[in-house]
Amino acid sequence: MKKIEAIIKPFKLDDVKEALNEIGVKGMTVTEVKGYGRQKGHKEIYRGAEYQVDFIPKVKLEIVVEESMAEKVTDTIREAANTGNIGDGKIFVMSLEEVIRVRTGEKGREAI
Amino acid sequence: MNSGDTAFMLAATGLVMFMTPGLALFYGGMVRSKNVLAVTMQSFICLGLVSLIWILFGYSMAFGPDVGGFIGNLDWAMLKGVGQAPGPYSGTIPHLLFCAFQLMFAVITPALITGAFAERIKFSAFLAFTVLWTCLVYLPVCHWVWGGGFMGGHGGLDFAGGTVIHINSGAAALVAAILIGKRKGWGHESFHPHNIGMTILGAGVLWFGWFGFNAGSTLAADGIAVNALVTTQVAAGLAALSWIIAEWLVQGKPTTLGAASGAVAGLVAITPGAGFVSPVSALIIGLVAGALCYLAVMMKSRLGYDDALDVVGVHGVGGFWGAIATGIFASKAINPAGADGLIHGNAGLVATQFIDAATTVGYSLVVSFVILKIIDMTIGLRVSREEEIQGLDLTQHSETGYSL
Repeated sequence: MKKIEAIIKPFKLDDVKEALNEIGVKGMTVTEVKGYGRQKGHKEIYRGAEYQVDFIPKVKLEIVVEESMAEKVTDTIREAANTGNIGDGKIFVMSLEEVIRVRTGEKGREAI
Repeated sequence: MNSGDTAFMLAATGLVMFMTPGLALFYGGMVRSKNVLAVTMQSFICLGLVSLIWILFGYSMAFGPDVGGFIGNLDWAMLKGVGQAPGPYSGTIPHLLFCAFQLMFAVITPALITGAFAERIKFSAFLAFTVLWTCLVYLPVCHWVWGGGFMGGHGGLDFAGGTVIHINSGAAALVAAILIGKRKGWGHESFHPHNIGMTILGAGVLWFGWFGFNAGSTLAADGIAVNALVTTQVAAGLAALSWIIAEWLVQGKPTTLGAASGAVAGLVAITPGAGFVSPVSALIIGLVAGALCYLAVMMKSRLGYDDALDVVGVHGVGGFWGAIATGIFASKAINPAGADGLIHGNAGLVATQFIDAATTVGYSLVVSFVILKIIDMTIGLRVSREEEIQGLDLTQHSETGYSL
């Protein structure tokens, strides 16, 4: 099993969700996060005082899939979240040891 | 007695009262979320504290029989003789109503100062400051201008409290910001406002209440009150526009906080002249006020004092401009009880206005300094470093404004 974490632009969330639904991803967890990479931050002005804000709002998706699905999922996210601009985000893929469904106690691929 | 005037002044008194919670919203939105309740409280509780002072002896010291042009005596303490019959300040409304209307002005003035020491003052120190400042600064200055003291006597014009309220609180704010010191992290941490929507709502409430403040200062439901209402609207609107145009030119973007700040700057600036100048003059007064106060606020960081919510830049500078502008634009054609200003051939009025404004600044600076020093040496002005980091809501009031 693989856990896929994708940091994307917030306005791309719906597109990514739809695209993942279409390829059969059954669930995901979404968090509002802040961070910076190459895009750096932006400037905010309050009553003449300028602040450099380094952390930009992003959305983080967490998806768990069977190993065989992982590449399809990352490809789909990459396509759906791509605007061609700096700041489109990153995708992290990691191996996952175990998944347990709270209600039934099922484990592994049955619990995904 | 006139029931029309009385009905109007009852409503105007309610409108001015509403400005204080409006100010609480205006200030509350501009601080960080950990201090929203403390800042709100500092405005709100003035409604209690100053009401107490006013009834006990405050009204008498401000408006009671004059002692040497400086202060009123205590003949009207506990509102003795201040009743339902018309009083010396208006023959058409109950004396008690005039007293209540003036109370609302006394309430909001110390509340305005709280913007200067926001996010770092002890609640106990704030209470002590508000009591002492109201007694030793507000009551005398109010008496000088409106209670039969020397300023009203020599022809200075202050229709609704530009000198008494705005210049006075602006000067006190300057001393307070310097004496209490900068907020922790000033210059390198971001202090950006936690809820600008709240601030805009507050500016709207202030604007609404200001119609009672300025038009009500006529003490009658007449043409001059209408003039004051229109000049108030025009100056506030134009100052909001001029502030955002100025920041658009200087920093590249018009901001909503700028629009709200500009509106308040315009309201401050028109206050002394509302019932003395024409709506066209108000247009110019507002235009200048917005850009001027924006520049004054910009200067703050260069001068190196942390007037957290810009009481000096908006109320001090806006108030000073309003006093001078009244000297320039006042017209007897608008208000026969007023005077002609510079554009109507009487340059002397500008000088009188300047002297009154400067006298108030001087007095307020010195006495506020002494009051703050005494409080600092006894109970201490400022919360501890840890308390400041945790926020005043939790450390002063055991509450938080927002829960997750």
